[in-house]
Amino acid sequence: MIDRDQVLHVAKLARLRLSEAEMEKMVGELSGILEHVDRIGNLDLEGVEPTSHVVALENVLRADEPRPSLPRDAALASAPEPEEGAFRVPSPQAE
Amino acid sequence: MAELEAVIGLEIHVQLATKTKMFCGCELSFGDEPNVHTCPVCLAHPGVLPVPNEQAIRYALQIGAALNCEIAPRSIFHRKNYFYPDSPKAYQISQYDIPICGAGRLGDVRIHRAHLEEDAAKMVHVGSSGRIHGSGASLVDFNRGGTPLVEIVTEPDLRGAAEAAEWARLLRETVRQLGVSDVNMEEGSLRVDANVSVRPAGSEELGTKTELKNMNSFRFLQRGIEAELARQRELVEAGGTVTQETLHFDPASGTLTPLRSKEEAHDYRYFPEPDLVPIVPTEEMLREAREALPELPVARIERYEGMGLASDVALTLATDPETADYFEQVAEAADGVEPKVVANWVTGELAAALRQAEVESASGSKVSPDALANLVRLVQEKKISHGSGKTVLAALVEEGGEPEAIVEREGLAQMSDSGELEAIVEKAMAENADAVEKIREGNGKAIGAIVGAVMRETKGRADGGEVNRLIRERL
Amino acid sequence: MTNLLDLTALAAHEAMVAGDLSAAEYTAAWREAAAGDELNAYLWLDQGGEEASAIAVERDCIAPIAVKDIFCTEGVPTTAGSRILEGYRPPYTSTAVRKLIEAGAPVLGKTNMDEFAMGSSNENSAYGPVLNPWDRERVPGGSSGGSAAVVAGGLAPWSIGTDTGGSIRQPAAFCGIVGLKPTYGAISRYGMIAFASSLDQCGPLTRTVSDAALLLGILQGHDPCDSTSVGLEGGVSLPDREDLSGLRFGVPEQLAGDDLDAGVRDVFEATLKRIQDLGGELIDVSLPSAEHGISAYYVIAPAEASSNLARYDGVRYGMRKGGDGDLIEMYETTRSEGFGAEVKRRIMLGTYALSSGYYEAYYGQAQKVRTRIAEDFAKAFAGVDFVVTPTAPSVAFRLGEKTDDPLAMYLNDFFTVPMSLAGIPAISIPAGLAEPEGGGRQLPVGFQIAAPAFAEQRLLDAAYALEQGIGFDARPGGSDG
Repeated sequence: MIDRDQVLHVAKLARLRLSEAEMEKMVGELSGILEHVDRIGNLDLEGVEPTSHVVALENVLRADEPRPSLPRDAALASAPEPEEGAFRVPSPQAE
Repeated sequence: MAELEAVIGLEIHVQLATKTKMFCGCELSFGDEPNVHTCPVCLAHPGVLPVPNEQAIRYALQIGAALNCEIAPRSIFHRKNYFYPDSPKAYQISQYDIPICGAGRLGDVRIHRAHLEEDAAKMVHVGSSGRIHGSGASLVDFNRGGTPLVEIVTEPDLRGAAEAAEWARLLRETVRQLGVSDVNMEEGSLRVDANVSVRPAGSEELGTKTELKNMNSFRFLQRGIEAELARQRELVEAGGTVTQETLHFDPASGTLTPLRSKEEAHDYRYFPEPDLVPIVPTEEMLREAREALPELPVARIERYEGMGLASDVALTLATDPETADYFEQVAEAADGVEPKVVANWVTGELAAALRQAEVESASGSKVSPDALANLVRLVQEKKISHGSGKTVLAALVEEGGEPEAIVEREGLAQMSDSGELEAIVEKAMAENADAVEKIREGNGKAIGAIVGAVMRETKGRADGGEVNRLIRERL
Repeated sequence: MTNLLDLTALAAHEAMVAGDLSAAEYTAAWREAAAGDELNAYLWLDQGGEEASAIAVERDCIAPIAVKDIFCTEGVPTTAGSRILEGYRPPYTSTAVRKLIEAGAPVLGKTNMDEFAMGSSNENSAYGPVLNPWDRERVPGGSSGGSAAVVAGGLAPWSIGTDTGGSIRQPAAFCGIVGLKPTYGAISRYGMIAFASSLDQCGPLTRTVSDAALLLGILQGHDPCDSTSVGLEGGVSLPDREDLSGLRFGVPEQLAGDDLDAGVRDVFEATLKRIQDLGGELIDVSLPSAEHGISAYYVIAPAEASSNLARYDGVRYGMRKGGDGDLIEMYETTRSEGFGAEVKRRIMLGTYALSSGYYEAYYGQAQKVRTRIAEDFAKAFAGVDFVVTPTAPSVAFRLGEKTDDPLAMYLNDFFTVPMSLAGIPAISIPAGLAEPEGGGRQLPVGFQIAAPAFAEQRLLDAAYALEQGIGFDARPGGSDG
């Protein structure tokens, strides 16, 4: 249904790291779920529009008027590593 | 090997000059302290939701109208998913297969589409802080994050680097005149990336393209494309194949380097944004967008060429609407003079005189349109010589006023007394007998010496053509 | 003197308004009760300190309320049941809670929940499971397990939760209380930590249908901060229907359920009979695509979740781990240590369903099934006023009973998911008691009524009449469970 390589690829896309044990479990669990879910693949849904919006609204817009921003210390209050008024993060791997 | 032709398309990002961000009410920032224009929404705190900026939609419709685009009757937003610190939601809200603007055209280049999206935040690289395993770090400033952008994508209709740069300039000027963006490449409110490929001339198929980024001036845009075209040509002519990749332009060296990909090509997993509802431009919105358009460069150029102006003069005026409006006022006041003569005075003599006097613009100068119109007429009617005209113009720039008064004051009226002129011509011929001899022998250029003598004597007030005629009469 | 804690929220409100009840005394009594939580239902209690100042009420005239820890409350810990938000204090308050505060309803505390609302048993919380007040060896349901347990367990007069595929209705059923999922768009989602954006809705968990109506009236409304919010035109009035005469109740063959526990089936059938006794008409209806609801739901919800949870990356708030490595290491370590197993599973599922090459087959196809389900309901409602089903296939199961089989856990949502996909309102009311398969003390069984979009008033009126007719008055009673 879904193999180890696919699971590895998906984990990378999702920025998740799975241990060997987790990986094995995940392959089995996802395969089981996908098997059930795959049933919808057999349905004849030719000509059916996919739902992309649940409420029948259009043009819900906001006037271009400024609203107060957060004071900077509030913005940084939860930051794991605030530095010089900014959010510090590690660099991507050396390019 | 068959000759290779260049195939170039441009991807342009225009930062809109709205008051607030695309999806929240934070003000746009200009060089402020980091993170002073943020809120839970643009910091992507848990539970927040986007609400689109009405003005951004309107500006996008104006851009679409200016580019003659088909406007989608219904367009939606999509999420473009990728992880990077400058993207706080880990997705960018953009538009995917149903953009607000579809096919259009500007000048000779077809537009593929134009859509709305939000800008990323800014990351500043800092050195490693002394940590043992550190590979350096970045500081993220979310002031810019969420700024409204319109992304414009052209068809690959451009065939050369210079052409691409010139068209980009036309696009920039067109958008600038809409008043929807500062479109300043150095500041980042206009970004132009290029997709470049080569193919055998006459072929319909497209070659593999590379994407060029980080060219932040028109000069660099042209240089970057030139460099890449040269590289691809050399590669293909040697029998190699072009790999699809993204190349980063380095302004210091003028070269392009491949961006080492941090991972495999992105899988953006686009899906319709469930937190936003469709945009359905109303008749009123479309009409307002069209009516908001000033006369744009392409239209003005056409109109001026129709009036007889040369293309380069028309282009110069079209990219400077204030001066163009000034020109039109002068042309109207100088009724009877050909518009192209007026245009040449405005873009030639007047421009030079303003530069000399360090005056910013025609419309801001002391030279009223009526005054210039009168001056041009005086020269056309040969009441003063062209040279005298320039002198009068300099005086107008300095002090304003009316040309007739200056002519009188400086005694610049062209010699109208033909008897006086004839006498001076005869005297000059007598004093330059050897020149006269040369002319008779067939050296036509020698007449210059005699004309020069006459001009000196008359202090430039004689009409050059008339002097020539009188001399030849007496040969 | 009546025990204050026995008053329904409505009765208390009326007494406060009439001046017969001191709001301060009433709220104090509830704070004291809440402090005696042995069900692990609360993650944070308002102890009257400075912490809660940003969400304090100015005037107190509505019963104090417990709030699922998925609603952002400024300055007050909000975890969504996850380790990745441990210690996180939002810089703003959700619209739903703001409306409660403005109405004069003090917040008692934040309730425990399945992590990021993913679960049907409240066993996926990073802060331990919630115990069902009816039997402490059993689950209260999920993901709003804490919100249901506090109401059933005498720790709050009422609460708010969220429902994405059944997360209000199913715990309400397991705990013998009322749970309402309103029409999608009736209540603002601003400040409600997102799981699946096109499905999430805030809703009341209460002792009575009238309490649910009172609470819905406070919460509903268009919010300029939520583009998808519409509110309920005309607001909400307290229900007062006497019987069900003239009303038609559709019983869908696809949702009558072959996999029902016997006891649940008995209660369901008995309730159908009760409807007839009250003058209602039962009509067979068909919802051909409804049986595929679980399949569609477990593609759409995880897909949206995979995108909504991507912001938990250790950059701007919440947990950060592995920050000494490079960026990717920080992302992976933070998310791998911060998320529990179920959340990871759904992120993986959702990412896969959206990924290149699979989008059409999974997400695209699921959204088409969704359209069909919505159409099925619309067709059915042409001939009936309501659609009725059991709320859940079983009564509350034992802790640990279904944790090894994710799919079995997902099938708990079989009856509730179709209404979520269609965006229509649905309520669960306690309809009786049944023995679990395998024997034991009798436990509550829920009865679900669904109505067309924005028909909340009619739904509440009918539910009220049925509630009165059923007369469910069983209580968890004592700490022997």
